[in-house]
Amino acid sequence: MRIANGAVNLHPVRASTKVMAAGTALETMTMATAQEIAAQDFSTVVTTHRPQIFRFLLASTRDVDLAETLTQECFLKAYRNWGSFRGESSAMTWLMRIAINLQKDHWRNRRMQFWRQTQTNAVDLDEASEWLPNGERSAEQQLLAREQVKQVWQAVKGLSERQRTVFLLRYVEEQELSEIARSTGLSEGTVKAHLSRAVARVRAELGGKR
Amino acid sequence: MSLEDKLANEAMDSGLAEALINFRLSVHAWSDAEFGKPRTAAKIVRHGGWRLAAGWALGCVLVAGAAGGGVFEHHHQQEMAKAAAARAVQQQRLAAEQRAREEEDLLAKVDSDVSREVPSAMEPLAQLMAEDDAK
Repeated sequence: MRIANGAVNLHPVRASTKVMAAGTALETMTMATAQEIAAQDFSTVVTTHRPQIFRFLLASTRDVDLAETLTQECFLKAYRNWGSFRGESSAMTWLMRIAINLQKDHWRNRRMQFWRQTQTNAVDLDEASEWLPNGERSAEQQLLAREQVKQVWQAVKGLSERQRTVFLLRYVEEQELSEIARSTGLSEGTVKAHLSRAVARVRAELGGKR
Repeated sequence: MSLEDKLANEAMDSGLAEALINFRLSVHAWSDAEFGKPRTAAKIVRHGGWRLAAGWALGCVLVAGAAGGGVFEHHHQQEMAKAAAARAVQQQRLAAEQRAREEEDLLAKVDSDVSREVPSAMEPLAQLMAEDDAK
């Protein structure tokens, strides 16, 4: 297994080169073996990051099937380009960037094909707000929390695509601003601005409904 | 740094911070529940195939109509141009014939006028010829 201190060895080519140089016994290592190692690395990346990518896409689309499809597409695309991944950013950032682009493409295609009757399985806000960990809350606290979650969903629904992405990466995926900037390809200043507007909207939604 | 700490650092009011934390917990709970569910691939059944066929048929009719209309208009314009050219040629021919007739009439009139003009010295002789003709 190629995980050390929670980090994944993200450079299969470099890893295989090191292994090949280690000793004469390994000199016979073929290209196929290197590919196997790369595949093992990728398998680790999938296992580690798939839930997070799925969660982000689920929160972005509120559509379980669509989130699942986009997650699969994301990892398929990542697998095809795994050889060209140079490890300049973390695998998570790289995968998140692919996921964000896929999601953008999806909505763009939907807009372009406006005449097509496309079925959307996005759950409504009430249903999305139903989910809360049981914890040690009273029924009243649960109800209050559910209401808050619904209001946040309502605000998220009204955000622009970019604001929503930044907001979800920050407050659901708990990413740092620099990481969000790398994932979205925006500058940190722009990320801050989007986040500020998104939070203002959430605050207004919460304030207005109280 | 946990989200709670981050929110505290960002100086958010407690209501907003609490809502954001609940939102995160809710999304995580939902995602965890959905992620663990087994899924079955279902064949996509296309409903409204007739709508697609009707759309294509209408599209084809529109395209054929537009193309046919264009071809007809082009052909019609060509016919009109030919007829106009033929009319112009006919008019030119008639005008030329008219001119030729007028010229002939003019020449005949000139000939007649010239032939009737007799010098005064020949007048008696001309009278005699006229009398002989009368006899």
